[in-house]
Amino acid sequence: MPDAIALRGLRKSFGQTVALDGLDLTVATGEVHGFLGPNGAGKSTAIRILLGLLRADGGEARLLGGDPWRDAVALHRRLAYVPGDVVLWPTLSGGEVIDLLSRLRGGLDRRRRDELLERFALDPRRRAGTYSKGNRQKVALVAALAADAELLVLDEPTAGLDPLMDSVFRDCVREVALAGRTVLLSSHVLSEVEALCDRVTIIRSGVAVESGTLRDLRHLRRTVVAAELAGPPGARFTPPPGVHDLAVEPSPDGADGVLLTCEVDQPGLAGLLRALADLDVRALTTRPPTLEELFLRHYDASPNGQARPAPAR
Amino acid sequence: MTVTGRASGGSRPFAGTGRLLRLALRLDRLALALWLLTFVVLAAGVAAALDEYYPLEADRAQFAERARLTPAVLALTGPAVGLERAGGLLAWRIGALCVVLAGLMSIFTLVRHTRVEEETGRLDLVRSTPVGRLAPPAAALLVTAGANAALALALAATLVASGLPAGGSLVFGAAVGAGGLFFAAVAAVTAQLFTSARAAKAMATLLLGLAFLLRAIGDASNPTGAGLSWASPIGWAQRTGAFVHVRWWLFGLLFAAAGALLAVAFVLLVRRDVGSGVLAARLGRERASPRLASVSALGARLHRGGLATWTAGYAVAGAALGAVAHSVADLVSDNPAVRDMLARFGGGTQLVDAYLVAMFNLFGLAAAGYAVAAVWRIRAEEVAGRAEPLLATATGRTRFAASHLWFAFAGPALPLMAVGLATGITHGLRTGDVAGQTGRLLAAALVLLAGVWVFAGLATAAVGLAPRGFLAVWVALVACLLIGQLGPTLRLSQWIMDLSPYTHLPRLPGGESTPTPLVALPAVAVALTAAGLVGLRRRDLQPS
Ligand SMILES: Nc1ncnc2c1ncn2[C@@H]1O[C@H](COP(=O)(O)OP(=O)(O)OP(=O)(O)O)[C@@H](O)[C@H]1O
Ligand SMILES: [Mg+2]
Repeated sequence: MPDAIALRGLRKSFGQTVALDGLDLTVATGEVHGFLGPNGAGKSTAIRILLGLLRADGGEARLLGGDPWRDAVALHRRLAYVPGDVVLWPTLSGGEVIDLLSRLRGGLDRRRRDELLERFALDPRRRAGTYSKGNRQKVALVAALAADAELLVLDEPTAGLDPLMDSVFRDCVREVALAGRTVLLSSHVLSEVEALCDRVTIIRSGVAVESGTLRDLRHLRRTVVAAELAGPPGARFTPPPGVHDLAVEPSPDGADGVLLTCEVDQPGLAGLLRALADLDVRALTTRPPTLEELFLRHYDASPNGQARPAPAR
Repeated sequence: MTVTGRASGGSRPFAGTGRLLRLALRLDRLALALWLLTFVVLAAGVAAALDEYYPLEADRAQFAERARLTPAVLALTGPAVGLERAGGLLAWRIGALCVVLAGLMSIFTLVRHTRVEEETGRLDLVRSTPVGRLAPPAAALLVTAGANAALALALAATLVASGLPAGGSLVFGAAVGAGGLFFAAVAAVTAQLFTSARAAKAMATLLLGLAFLLRAIGDASNPTGAGLSWASPIGWAQRTGAFVHVRWWLFGLLFAAAGALLAVAFVLLVRRDVGSGVLAARLGRERASPRLASVSALGARLHRGGLATWTAGYAVAGAALGAVAHSVADLVSDNPAVRDMLARFGGGTQLVDAYLVAMFNLFGLAAAGYAVAAVWRIRAEEVAGRAEPLLATATGRTRFAASHLWFAFAGPALPLMAVGLATGITHGLRTGDVAGQTGRLLAAALVLLAGVWVFAGLATAAVGLAPRGFLAVWVALVACLLIGQLGPTLRLSQWIMDLSPYTHLPRLPGGESTPTPLVALPAVAVALTAAGLVGLRRRDLQPS
């Protein structure tokens, strides 16, 4: 089965600003794909190119087997979109907006619409101008989820939802996934990504810096090592290649020892363990990095963030 | 909780006004500069023309004699008092027009800095910073009042530079500025009443039009300036008597009326919450009606209220116009010189027809304003972010644009038909030929569509090809208004006159009608529209 979304070397500039600088993104049919990156990384730009709202400057983009710019109208019958910042027609009621958007997409499943309204606890009679931010978001979500679309494109869909509604949203996405439909989910909420996504792509400054399942990412990445030593490691200890963010501090529990912490790439792990064996190690803990650490490292654009896509060693 | 308690709840309700004022000036400097330029060009142009054609007091006295007897001209200008003096003649010629333009400038500026900020949610952000509760409206009022003050000085300086006495020039400038300020106060109230900025602007503009209509009827029926015109704030500003006999108390009246309106606006403001209007929001429909199933249906939903208001306004204005038009012919039927002069405004030999041509031209230009605003809706929806969810459905850009273009092109036919029919009926009742007059005035009104379409096309081209330069379309519309108003007096060279599509229209009723412009102008409109649509299909959707 062809991929639902395939972007190759996608480029887009706005005047001087380079928003996408050769972006690759592949979303297989039937998967829930997380799309992450710091503010201004180019997520919304990529999504708007996929929707045919922007025209790419270069590269290749395929959406549901078609060209997102040329075949926009035909493709849009098969997808539903929730923008990050939902703006509605102030004089229309929420119910009218949902019905209108569904009909424009090609049809309205009344039963599903009413069921979703109930689950999201949304009053469809309120005029859109009087909705709170979260409720405006719900209008767009109900309109998208009620559609019988092959692909859902969600750009930070839960910004503004309360935790209860968050969990309703997660249930809905799981149901969509079970039905074999594809979801592209741009999000800054890591727990949401962890709970819902089969695979993720992390982009920064318009290029993908990482793509894979969360497990892959974690395993490929560094291990966090903390060793309690009886005394300072001294000059004999030279950190082997692959060790990052090495720090030696007085032991936090007040004892006379020191605490050595660092992160180490997978290839450097064996070397580090050998080097530690020569020291007077009282305790040793190793753990995979948390998701937060993983993302923070990718998001950090400073020179010592050491997450450049092609780091010069 | 008392009203004042809420209003001055913060210890310094005006804190931060200065910074907000600077921001407003920064945002508005181009638009305000263009407004000022319009006034300067208008005043300098008319002053030069009058100086050339009526250099001597004797010339002016002769002209005044004729003008006094020509209600049609008085309806467009004002009471024929003091026309023997060069300054008086100029003030008479451009006074009403200047106050209307100053009113429009004030309405747009004030609403932009009050209700627009509130509607877009930007006000929330501003109010969350340490600025006082009343600082944003105070800054909006100050920038609008400042614009009117600058306008008053610019006008006065222009007149002085044209060789008119300094005292009278200052009074004239001040009268226009005071009139503008009055309509800023009107807009301050409408901005409190409606939650939508569009509705606030429309209501204030409607009241401005009503004020003009009152004084037009009043002055047409009363050349010396008594009567109905005293009910119109535009009439007050005109009667301050620059260059003739200054009535200072009328400035007091204008400022007092503006102050009273501002007080009303203030009470409304402090009683309501940010983002709300005075009228409580009602619940809407639970489900969309089966008809709301396409972008065209949505377009109709968005445009129908405005179009209905325009149509009703045109019907009322047309009925009033038809009621006074007949008296023109009666009054001056034995004065061949006046016939000549008016015939240059119109095209026919019948004086009443010439008058109707001049008035209908104004209706045609205003209808073009409606069309340009309707096309702007395409861009406005894009900027607001509402186009995005629509275009992410199976809706192409052309269909989306068409949902608004339909109203821009066909919409103006309704108000124009209304004004043609209403003028025809009341004019026909007075001349005893309802069927005949209705037919020819309806045709005269509909012919104006050709000019309207050129502007709709120009606006579409701007939206598609140069959306950030849309302001140029409004500038072009004002330029055509100036050409139409100044052309016959100034004897502008023909190529300048030809720039306005309205110059090419047959002068109906009465004038001869050639088919060429009625084919050529729509062809231009179609070409511009097509270019705009192609541009829209090719370009990025740009929210800013
Ligand atoms: N219409 C535009 N004109 C100019 N620059 C733009 C435009 N749209 C986006 N940009 C720029 O392109 C870059 C990418 O923006 P984009 O909105 O795609 O980021 P994002 O990843 O969605 O960020 P966020 O997480 O904040 O939503 C930013 O630097 C932004 O300023
Ligand atoms: Mg974004």
